[in-house]
Amino acid sequence: MKEIAYQDIVDEVARICQEANYDLGEDVVNAFKESVRTEKSEAGKSILNQLIENADIATSNRVPMCQDTGVSVFIVKLGQDCHIAGGSLQEAINEGVKKGYDEGYLRYSIVDDPINRRNTGDNTPAVIHIELVEGDGLEVQMSAKGGGAENMSAMKMLTPSAGMEGVKKFILDTVREAGPNACPPLVIGIGIGGNFEVSPYLAKKSLFRPVGERHEDPEIAGLEEELMTEVNKLGIGPQGMGGSTTALDIKVETAPCHIAALPVAVNLNCHASRHKHFVM
Amino acid sequence: MSIRLKVPFERGAVEKLRSGEQVLLTGTLYTARDAAHKRMVEQLEKGGTLPVALEGQVIYYVGPTPNKPDSVIGSAGPTTSSRMDAYAPRLMEEGLKGMIGKGYRNEEVIASIKKHSAVYMAAIGGTGALLAQKIISSEVIAYEDLGTEAIRKLEVEDFPCIVINDSHGNDWYKEAHKQFEESPNQ
Repeated sequence: MKEIAYQDIVDEVARICQEANYDLGEDVVNAFKESVRTEKSEAGKSILNQLIENADIATSNRVPMCQDTGVSVFIVKLGQDCHIAGGSLQEAINEGVKKGYDEGYLRYSIVDDPINRRNTGDNTPAVIHIELVEGDGLEVQMSAKGGGAENMSAMKMLTPSAGMEGVKKFILDTVREAGPNACPPLVIGIGIGGNFEVSPYLAKKSLFRPVGERHEDPEIAGLEEELMTEVNKLGIGPQGMGGSTTALDIKVETAPCHIAALPVAVNLNCHASRHKHFVM
Repeated sequence: MSIRLKVPFERGAVEKLRSGEQVLLTGTLYTARDAAHKRMVEQLEKGGTLPVALEGQVIYYVGPTPNKPDSVIGSAGPTTSSRMDAYAPRLMEEGLKGMIGKGYRNEEVIASIKKHSAVYMAAIGGTGALLAQKIISSEVIAYEDLGTEAIRKLEVEDFPCIVINDSHGNDWYKEAHKQFEESPNQ
């Protein structure tokens, strides 16, 4: 049985909350650079260059790249032989978010309930998914997920006769409707299968994979490639100002489902795809 | 390439703008987003007055991050404008001349923009660190209790925007998408 101290988790969570907002991942920056090369619109190229410049300023000045520093979403892999000493894992993560957002001059974007809408004043509670795994390790992945792209995300309970054509149509319709609102170029997470709550989780989880990396299953990898080509024909382009870079990447995850069902979820991420993680 | 303009706009300046044009704004902007819009329109409905006279002014849809001690404002890029669609026509009736945000506006807002000779511009979403460098001062002037959603008076210099919906009814998003859309079978 391994023991991990509560305070160590708090400090690490605080650190990655700030790094996620200040330091855009190399995978995303490389995707911007590659897109500058391939983008067909001059205005689109100029926007992509400004995204690169913005990321540089954020890193150098230690300021958030975007004012929407997001909902803090965590996917945690907790080894069943790992014990958190001194408090609960959920409390440690929330305390880390509080510390990271306060000390890092990040925006508080959470209201206490959807009806009365009072800002909680510390960006908590975080959204925390805990998966129990074998071993004694702890892996914490964090995403600062902006509201604009989340608002344009969608889920639909298709049925089997819709087939992959129906799935593709729903994805393309969702991206088209989102247009400039979701801050393209997008990273698009797709969940196919599972049930009403599983497919959106798969879509969210897929966004944690590095931009530019294809799925290990060749069939799913092929679907990701095909969807990339189709989405980038929509003409939306960087910031919806027209162009061939509507998506930087598309990730697909699948799960078994009911014989009557074909759930599909599309979780849109803006170009500020902010993901960091730590392992203990 | 970009057109330099003073804000609030000088007489006749808005009517000259065309969708797709890049502008650099210098002068005063007021910030407001969801909660401030809701409160302003509720105040008007009760027969009250607004905390800021909007005649001729430009509102920037932004909720900045807190400023560090050595800077005037934190990260300050545009938020999605469609959430303000329910309120924007009422504010244009009060004389609001310009809005800065990102993303589509609904038909009612586009019609109001034309009717009131106003303009909707987009700043580049997700470039809050870059855009903050164009803001030279920031002061909370109303609804301080709303935190990031309070109304701020900003002084900006060469603040970059693209005209989306001009006062003549044009929509740059629609035009731009058509220009680059390819058929799915190609």
